[in-house]
Amino acid sequence: MMRFLGYPDRWSAAPGERVRFMVSCEGPAEYRADLVRLHSSRLGPDAPPYREEEIESSVNGRYPARTQGIHAGSCAIVDPAPALPAPGSFTLQAYVWPTMPGDRPQALLGTWSEATGKGFGLFLDADGALGLRLDEQTLGTGVPLAERHWYLVAGSFDAARGLARVVQIPCSGHRFHPFAPAAREAPMPASEPGPGPFLIAAWHAGDAAGSGAHPCRCRGHFDGKLERPRLSSAALDDEGIASLGAHEPAGKGLASLVSAWDFSRDTSGTRIVDIGPACRGGHCVNLPARAMTGHAWSGESPDWRQAPADYGAIHFHHDDIHDCGWESDFELEVPDGLPSGVYAARLRAGEAQCHLPFYVRAPQGGPAADVAFLAPTATYMAYANIITLNFDPLSEAVNGGLAVLNESDLLHLERPELGLSTYDHHRDGSGVCYSSRLRPVLAMQPLSRMWGFTVDMLIVDWLEHAGSGFDIITDEDLHREGEELLSRYRVVVTGSHPEYYSLRMLDALEGWLNAGGRLMYMGGNGFYWRIAFHPELPGVIEVRRAEGGIRTWAAQAGEYHMSFTGELGGMWRRQRRPPNLIAGVGFISQGFDSGAPFRRRPAAEDPRAAFIFEGIDEEVVGDYGVCLGGAASWELDCVNPRLGTPAHALVVASSEGHSNIYELVPEEMLQSHPMTDATQNPDIRADMVFFETPKGGAVFSTGSIGYAGALGINGYDNGIARLTTNVLRRFAEATPFEMPGPA
Amino acid sequence: MSVLDYHTTPLDPSRTDLAREFRARPFGVHSPELQVLLNRMRSMPVDGKHVLITVRPGEEWMLGRMYRDPPRVERLPEHRFHSMAEAEWFVFQLRWRALCGEELHLDEDGSEPDMG
Repeated sequence: MMRFLGYPDRWSAAPGERVRFMVSCEGPAEYRADLVRLHSSRLGPDAPPYREEEIESSVNGRYPARTQGIHAGSCAIVDPAPALPAPGSFTLQAYVWPTMPGDRPQALLGTWSEATGKGFGLFLDADGALGLRLDEQTLGTGVPLAERHWYLVAGSFDAARGLARVVQIPCSGHRFHPFAPAAREAPMPASEPGPGPFLIAAWHAGDAAGSGAHPCRCRGHFDGKLERPRLSSAALDDEGIASLGAHEPAGKGLASLVSAWDFSRDTSGTRIVDIGPACRGGHCVNLPARAMTGHAWSGESPDWRQAPADYGAIHFHHDDIHDCGWESDFELEVPDGLPSGVYAARLRAGEAQCHLPFYVRAPQGGPAADVAFLAPTATYMAYANIITLNFDPLSEAVNGGLAVLNESDLLHLERPELGLSTYDHHRDGSGVCYSSRLRPVLAMQPLSRMWGFTVDMLIVDWLEHAGSGFDIITDEDLHREGEELLSRYRVVVTGSHPEYYSLRMLDALEGWLNAGGRLMYMGGNGFYWRIAFHPELPGVIEVRRAEGGIRTWAAQAGEYHMSFTGELGGMWRRQRRPPNLIAGVGFISQGFDSGAPFRRRPAAEDPRAAFIFEGIDEEVVGDYGVCLGGAASWELDCVNPRLGTPAHALVVASSEGHSNIYELVPEEMLQSHPMTDATQNPDIRADMVFFETPKGGAVFSTGSIGYAGALGINGYDNGIARLTTNVLRRFAEATPFEMPGPA
Repeated sequence: MSVLDYHTTPLDPSRTDLAREFRARPFGVHSPELQVLLNRMRSMPVDGKHVLITVRPGEEWMLGRMYRDPPRVERLPEHRFHSMAEAEWFVFQLRWRALCGEELHLDEDGSEPDMG
């Protein structure tokens, strides 16, 4: 079977900038690549027809096919120079909190290589018990570690006596834990130093040199937290081991200390810091989770910046992935004059086809359109390669219908190394808090699941049909360039589900609105989660699902602050910035079985809003659409003055008739009560809202993700399309909106 | 008893009125009693649970079964559907039999699934 996988190194580029395309193609000897412009998505017979347009380009042509691997699994690699001395006597130690003990053998720290059988290292054996490897010899405690309990573990070798020792000491804060210390010692021959650098949470898989993102091949990845790894040049007793296990090593073991890695330093980056005399720092591979509570987490401060000694753990996972690090197959310099829009490298070989989409922006510093479509690429990253959610026992009950998978999902199940989304759990059960686009993102295809990118292409198609020229900008552009980017535009049209916002993005949007910008919020559940972009690495976001909100996993207590920035994660509404403040509406309910129409409300007759329904006679609009058959579907927003909906906001239409599946979001429930679905709770509806802002600007919000699915019905000859186009045209006019006087 | 043990409680096979209601309207507002039944069916164990696989978007779906650890899906290509409603009704009948221990007989249209 022949398959394409690939990704561009960036999702947004202006003329003159370069985009590299990484491709892995199994099967044929060569494939063909062509630059195409995407005008819509392929969502079935009821959706607008799929349109793509071939673009002449220097990259069009045939390329040799090759496969490129993905090496998932996080670890830390200690800088190889200067090399560690050959171990005579030594002690390896760390605090560990294993999450999959007994699943398979897992490395903790050392230089051991499975390819050569040389080196030394601490590991968990197939049963989850601690072991020490000296070349081909092992010594184990024989007592499995308990899952999700902290232990101080150590392995030492006394070269003078030829004696090895392993010890695991439970250090649970639970006073009644049943676990006892375990230790063994036995004569063993000394080991060789090992063929490669010192590794933490993995062992060497061989001598094969890796490429940029993967400087050495690793296997035996550990699942769980690891804290305060130490290397000393003496066979320490338990007192010496305990002394080095302090946040700042001291006491009996200090004289022999070689390296003491302090994971509470450089938490935001990828480096690990050695505070021992060897000063051998290193770096993390594949973004293990940082700012994690350690074995002595006191609970005194929830912020790792205020209590570093409490946050010295890193949580490693065998299924972490950051950057596939593939070699580039071809590179496009975006030509001058290429209109802003959605483009893709289309790859073909035989019957197989794949698109690698990216957005072309308006020229830097050049003329721009009046209207910008803001592609919610941060949200695309958050959802990138979502898969395990389908296997949640309650998933079908949440959706109100059978789970529907597509061929991309099935490919993903065969290739778990493609990594997970921030909606998924790692296989060890912990939530995925980082997501990167530097890997194949399977849903970024014009033919894919009806969600995110494909639904937003319905908005792109509508914008083209409406005849208003527009540029495309992305969340990453907005985060990087701030309000200045938006200041080029009079109107910003959002995607169907702009859910994830960084502080810089939200500040930019709010600042631009305050300066007179006009926002068309074309979706639902927007501006909801606070995220952080990595301070050094492009294309990586962090989400901590703290406290409230609809969550597929919950951040562990004490782990609410994001490692990238230290900001408190969670919902914006818990941090003084509810979506209602800028959009007039905020998340109220979700359901995935059926859609519903909007009914016009009396405020639609207000002269301020008369332009919206001009030429539309129907009282009910949107009782159609490719998204569950109604314009109000999937995720709904409504007004709430207590959360900041402006007093002068006009609710011009509201949805009605939602099913039992539409349940109240948990953040709207203080006490549990039985009136939580749409058949009983009148709060569950989508509100279509318009209001003016002080400097001539305005906001129009649709309150529904599925709204986009109604636009193209009947060739755009429908009420939803007409009223939305009315708004677009009025918003694009220079004439300022006037704030209404006091009521 | 947790919500995930819910499926172990028996279902009343005499409530064919609920099956009729579902057949008439598989999506949208349901009576409270039908919703309870659907909740029970939809919270059945993941291993062996039926799913749909898109063959042609918006036009054709294939039946499958999912398994959890490791996550995988088995295709059942002999069962294909041309609407989501058709697929939902087919699986409803399978689950009825699994939960009631007997076939669902609704008379007139002979729409019981071919259990093959």
